[in-house]
Amino acid sequence: MWTRVYQWLDERLGLNEMYKNLLDRPEPQGSWWNTLGSASLFLFILQGVTGIFLTVYYTPSPDHAYDSINYIMNGVALGWLIRGIHHWGATLMVIVVFVHMLRVFVTASFKYPRELTWLIGVGLFLLTLGMGFTGYLLPWDQKSYWATTVGTQIAGSVPFIGDFILKALRGGPDLSALTLQRFFSAHIWMLPAALAGLIGVHLYLIIKHGESHWPGKED
Amino acid sequence: MPGKEFSRRDFIKITTGVVGGMIGLGLGLPALAYLLDPAFRTTTKEAWVPIGKLSDMQVGTPFQFSFTRVQLNGWERTSTSYGGYVIRKSDDPTDMVILNSRCTHLSCTVNWQQDAQAFICPCHDGKFSVDGKVLGGPPPRPLDAYTDFRVTQDGVLEIFYKEG
Repeated sequence: MWTRVYQWLDERLGLNEMYKNLLDRPEPQGSWWNTLGSASLFLFILQGVTGIFLTVYYTPSPDHAYDSINYIMNGVALGWLIRGIHHWGATLMVIVVFVHMLRVFVTASFKYPRELTWLIGVGLFLLTLGMGFTGYLLPWDQKSYWATTVGTQIAGSVPFIGDFILKALRGGPDLSALTLQRFFSAHIWMLPAALAGLIGVHLYLIIKHGESHWPGKED
Repeated sequence: MPGKEFSRRDFIKITTGVVGGMIGLGLGLPALAYLLDPAFRTTTKEAWVPIGKLSDMQVGTPFQFSFTRVQLNGWERTSTSYGGYVIRKSDDPTDMVILNSRCTHLSCTVNWQQDAQAFICPCHDGKFSVDGKVLGGPPPRPLDAYTDFRVTQDGVLEIFYKEG
């Protein structure tokens, strides 16, 4: 019965083929260093899922941001766990994505024909940092407020257009409700959308080109 | 797999499935509890609420009262006002009806109209008699009554307010 249902679906969706091409790809040489990309993808999904759950209670307004997070931590069943995973997962994701990038650099996997994969990967790394930067403000406590004050001030020190960048980031000359709202919007909509899109291209390129060979003695 | 060699690939597949399932359950179940937490809460708040001096309430004329309860919803404080009428039927301090002024149709607040001798709801013209019975309009049942009440030693009427 189930085999027939599966066969019906497979004929129309090409499930077997998808499985073979996506998950059953050959590896030139097994190495734990080659799993860091998958680890990054896993962390991205984990952050997405826990982040979506956090928006159930979080309120991006100066009046309620801190109180709503306090409520997540102390009022809701297992809220501390969901936020804890998101909090530590964020740090871990920055580390894992960076080490993944280092590994690609050290094994020279960015060379032909994988230059685009590398460039998109650099974009993914920067977007990951952007997620960290915007997410850091959302608790709206002393630490996040002053970290964002300093961070946007640094961005504002660019010659000539610095003042414009600072105002664009803050939504005005000072940190305000506008800053919190636009950081929230960037954190849950714009950056994740950009990340998801680029991850799609990144994965397509990896499947298309396969894993690079581990460099040997002659390389 | 009887009679077959347990291959390295099968081992990886099964391990991946088991570990993936464990992560899914480990995150999914807490997430479910987290999402549904507010629905599992039973908020029974009850208190004796003073509504006025018995000596101010005249026999026969509905006495209007109101009180406010402050509620903490998550991180937000909401104060809700409640109102009603005390209708004393005789001098006996237990012989009275205390009505909730919330209309039983769609929760608007009814008002006592002296000339009509009825409680009229401004929203859909629900009409209730002095003891809360439906006289006309869409309300499906009589006005709710506070049945638990007491008079304190210094002559204050208190009702037992229970929520949920």
